[in-house]
Amino acid sequence: MSLLWVDKYRPKDLSTLDYHTQQAQELKNLVEHGDFPHLLVYGPSGAGKKTRIMCILKELFGTGVERLKSENITVTTPSNKKVEIMTINSNYHIEINPSDAGIYDRVVVMDLIKKIAQSQQIAITNNQREFKVVVLTEVDNLTKDAQHALRRTMEKYSRNCRLILCATSLSPIIPAIQSRCLPIRVPAPTIEEISTIISKICKKEDTAIPATLIEKISKSVNGNLRRAILICEACKVENNLQPNRELPEPDWKVFIKQTATIITHRQSIENIMVVREHLYELLASGIPPEIIFKELITALVLKCDKQIIPQVLQEASTYEYRMWQGNKHIVHMEAFVVKFMCLYQRHLKDLLKDF
Amino acid sequence: MQAFLKMGKLGEPSASPSTSGAPKKKTKNLPWVEKYRPKTVEDVVEQREAVSVLQQCILGADLPNLLFYGPPGTGKTSTILAAARQLFGDLYKERILELNASDERGIQVIREKIKTFSQLTANSSRADGKLCPALKIVILDEADAMTHAAQAALRRTMEKETKTTRFCLLCNYVSRIIEPLTSRCTKFRFKPLNQSFVLERLQEICQVEDVLINDDILNVLVKESGGDMRRAITALQSCANLKGKGSHITLENVYEVLTVVPSKWVNSFWDLCKKPSDIKEIIQFIDDLEQQAYPIQKVYEHLNDFLMDSENIDDRLKSEIGEKLAESSFRSSCGRGDFTNLLDFAVHTQEILTEPLERRRMQALENAKFTTILGLS
Repeated sequence: MSLLWVDKYRPKDLSTLDYHTQQAQELKNLVEHGDFPHLLVYGPSGAGKKTRIMCILKELFGTGVERLKSENITVTTPSNKKVEIMTINSNYHIEINPSDAGIYDRVVVMDLIKKIAQSQQIAITNNQREFKVVVLTEVDNLTKDAQHALRRTMEKYSRNCRLILCATSLSPIIPAIQSRCLPIRVPAPTIEEISTIISKICKKEDTAIPATLIEKISKSVNGNLRRAILICEACKVENNLQPNRELPEPDWKVFIKQTATIITHRQSIENIMVVREHLYELLASGIPPEIIFKELITALVLKCDKQIIPQVLQEASTYEYRMWQGNKHIVHMEAFVVKFMCLYQRHLKDLLKDF
Repeated sequence: MQAFLKMGKLGEPSASPSTSGAPKKKTKNLPWVEKYRPKTVEDVVEQREAVSVLQQCILGADLPNLLFYGPPGTGKTSTILAAARQLFGDLYKERILELNASDERGIQVIREKIKTFSQLTANSSRADGKLCPALKIVILDEADAMTHAAQAALRRTMEKETKTTRFCLLCNYVSRIIEPLTSRCTKFRFKPLNQSFVLERLQEICQVEDVLINDDILNVLVKESGGDMRRAITALQSCANLKGKGSHITLENVYEVLTVVPSKWVNSFWDLCKKPSDIKEIIQFIDDLEQQAYPIQKVYEHLNDFLMDSENIDDRLKSEIGEKLAESSFRSSCGRGDFTNLLDFAVHTQEILTEPLERRRMQALENAKFTTILGLS
């Protein structure tokens, strides 16, 4: 079987989940109770949100939800523009990432849910429910407009349609939506939990892996289980399971650190151009802007003097705020870089003056 | 046979509709908020003034146009619905037009739907012969979400149709209702409910629904929902559903459902902000906090409480920190910059608390002078 370990050992049932078992039991109770509310699943990436959602769906509808097919759906906006969006669906649920549609997410949310909610389930046998489930991923990326539309749709079609929303952070989600859903928090697994899972997988794969390496991997991934398993498999493929081996850092992280070094190394117009290329490359390879911002700030703040940190952060938060207001991310990132260079340079000059 | 007799006219007339108790038949999966909505005006807890006016009206007095405002979950909708039910009995459906923010409510709707509804005349007797006011009521829920244009369009309609129609506007913020409308209505403020009332109601529900919960945990639930009855009841139901029949609701359940951040985390963050701690330490802490996936907005709320309660911080400094807190929390809610904003807040609080005021003022002046235009050399 050529499945990745991540997919191969993904738990399929609520009862086989490895951690947060208490919560799993509670979710089971919820499903059995019959009255299923809208859910809002939130937690950092790699903590197992999707795994839990699929388990809940399976618990609700049986194995039928595992027969997935992907489909492209076109939605027409009021201005007659056609937006195509990819969905993954089974007979019982449909999964979309509405933020793929950019500023047209409102139309997607309203149209799709309406379409799904209007078709009722016909024959309701034993393990069939009278509702379908719509899974919306990355709801924290939805525009406020779309969220308000969602709130209306949630109430209107609650008879034959339930929503499961999936987000990394609750802050951008309007209170009206939060109060309509049952929040399910999925914290990242602890280091010990990650270690146990890795050693379990390795045992099943007949791979002898030294305990120190497992520990090293678990510590390096920052609670991201998916990454831990991927690294582990990579080590296996490379055939290098020495306990003292170097673990590869994700290349985008290395790249951002390099960018930070360039910024602090010399502050000039030419350097800005270099940084711009770097940023473009990062965005083009699909690294989300908030991650770029976070890593860049962390790298820069650690490099600069304690005196200017408050001001740097003040500017960072201003530019990040503007970035979310506008829709061209690169502009604001560059603006921040230039601002930082100015602050940094001034500080250096001030220091030199004293000598 | 028994069943037949009970069904027939010989049987006792069905028990007088209990006010807040559960209906005998298990209604299918009705949310408890709906199920335990007060059925009569007398059932509404607190809110003396509004209740007494409505009671007068039920006894035959004239009904003014109403404007209810107050925080969510204090019984605005419940009060007017209960009153309407008592006034009109069976005719309830025909006499009420209820529009809330989930319905289309632009100026078009005001012009067409509300106008046509209010122009209908109403009879002054019910089908069963009892008298009822010859009125119809238009309930505009969440009226503060209406556009100003739509509100303006309502002005004349309200006056012209006084003979047959009364309006009841419900909103959270009275300041978002335009002046001409507020002056046409009798205003009632709905206060946040006293915790003891919420507790009492929840205890009743627990008994009827067989929910097992300790009194002190129930107290926490009431406290965390902050006088919002709807939130408290919904939370209770969610907890009960999560737990299933026959097991006790734990404190963790309540915390999860109401997304409360454990005070341990906020305490240590606040401590980090107060002393001049290393930036690395703060970054690490925020990372850990994000891993736990606690909602950052709640962290800000708790921080605000701490700030208000801390006695050894000068008032002027408090206001400065408060301003920063507001800014960070607002920016957090506008995008996905939780990390940056929290870090920004921590570092600034540190600066405010450790650096003398004079120096910071100097620095601010310097910074204002310095612009990017001076540029890179």
